[in-house]
Amino acid sequence: MSIDKVQEEIIEEFDILGSDRESTIFYIMEIGAKLPDMPESEKTEENIIKGCQSKVWLTARENDGKINFLADSNTDITKGLISLLIRILSGRTPEEILKAELHFIERIGMGNIIGSQRSNGLAAMIKQMKLYALGYQAKLNS
Amino acid sequence: MALDIQKIRAQFPILHQEVNGKPLIYFDNAATTQKPQEVIDALSNYYHTDNSNIHRGAHTLADRATRYYESTRTLLKDFINAKEEAEIIFTKGTTEGINLVASCFGKKFIEQGDEIIISTLEHHSNIVPWQILCEEKGAKLNIIPINEAGEIDFEAFENLLSSKTKLVSIVHASNALGTINPVEKIITKAHQVGAKVLLDGAQSSSHLEIDVQALDCDFFVLSAHKLYGPTGLGILYGKREVLDAMPPYQGGGEMIKEVTFAKTTFNELPFKFEAGTPNIADVIAFGKALEFINELGKKAIKAHEDELLSYASAELSKINGFIPVGTAKDKVSVISFNINGMHPFDVGMMLDANGIAVRTGHHCTQPLMQRFGIEGTVRASFAVYNTKSEVDALVASVAKIAKLKNKS
Repeated sequence: MSIDKVQEEIIEEFDILGSDRESTIFYIMEIGAKLPDMPESEKTEENIIKGCQSKVWLTARENDGKINFLADSNTDITKGLISLLIRILSGRTPEEILKAELHFIERIGMGNIIGSQRSNGLAAMIKQMKLYALGYQAKLNS
Repeated sequence: MALDIQKIRAQFPILHQEVNGKPLIYFDNAATTQKPQEVIDALSNYYHTDNSNIHRGAHTLADRATRYYESTRTLLKDFINAKEEAEIIFTKGTTEGINLVASCFGKKFIEQGDEIIISTLEHHSNIVPWQILCEEKGAKLNIIPINEAGEIDFEAFENLLSSKTKLVSIVHASNALGTINPVEKIITKAHQVGAKVLLDGAQSSSHLEIDVQALDCDFFVLSAHKLYGPTGLGILYGKREVLDAMPPYQGGGEMIKEVTFAKTTFNELPFKFEAGTPNIADVIAFGKALEFINELGKKAIKAHEDELLSYASAELSKINGFIPVGTAKDKVSVISFNINGMHPFDVGMMLDANGIAVRTGHHCTQPLMQRFGIEGTVRASFAVYNTKSEVDALVASVAKIAKLKNKS
């Protein structure tokens, strides 16, 4: 499924929740709870994303030219946000990730739901994912 | 006499709004209190009719602005029962008050090998200025430990005191836990070894009656915005003999007696410490906030807040997964807690979805959080305009959130 298709799916899911803030937050937490565990050994200082208020660890592996992300956080809501990003960007080529325009964030009104501090954190996560893609792109092309 | 809370609420326009489709419940009063209409009006009236630079003006507006500005100083003198107006220095807030003492008292009176005592409960603003000073002077910073309830270990404090102790700087009431420190005993003990005492009254001043002469503290600092007044304003109280002995803080206008290029002589107290055009409008509006508090009376305010505190504590404690942080016997109206298995940020966000404003995180007391081995807490703090039914809404929301991770 294309990146845009997955984004459409997410937009629809949030649409069903309507404008009720509480159920939206519960939903994000629920998605977060389903995020696969990250091994403790990966939760290093090095893998922490700077710019997030809560702790977020992110790593990436390349397999057959595609990048898989592994992430975790100490807060459930943040885990939910990462989980959405992973659903969209994991298993893609570096080019796809670098080109991706994540319009779902605006469409579901995420900034409104999570507030400005967490929005900055979300932007930092996306930036870090794109940096991984850039790194692997250089490696794959060398 | 019991306060008419609905009548009080009517004076706070900000409280009458919806947040996320729910009536706003403002429980972040330890961070800043809301402002009554009279304070808001005073700010605007000042710029409408009285704006002028104070002191030394030969015209009517300047005279009027000066009189209003200085009348707040008099209100403050009475508010904390200082001996004279000259002992009240206007600052940007508690943080600047502490930094002023660290800078000026420190410059003159702290030497290599001297010791300063603070406690585990301190806000960063009562830690970092002393760390900077100690580093600069080669002095030592000693920390009074606390017990599980969040109360200082008095015996440990006594053991830290010695002839080397030059200053004890301690919070009167903890912003993060609400603990009220036994400051009378602390001051008496500190004075026995010749140390001066600074009380951080940022939290205590809105809840407790303050009498700096009875307390016999050498310094007392507070912030206007936690007293229903404007932001960016506070005072430093200091005993005259101590303030007189300290060098000035900043150089500039207002703080001088005479300037020549050869030598400058400094103005009298309090102006010696008030360089530059001060925050005139906010000082005048602060006067209205003090009148608001005086009218209700601190005793009545505290009685109401205590009732909310004990009701909230009792009701929240019934919730499966509720973990109180800080259970001191003597507390101001602050409840710090966590929910088992949940991050305080997430809890705060879910409460916000229900229109309930609380603070989450380390509350600028990271060493205190480290003491409890936690990253932070959720903190609900009550002011005079809060009601029991608002507490009920908090309890209901917390119960619902706690259920997510704590099946009963």
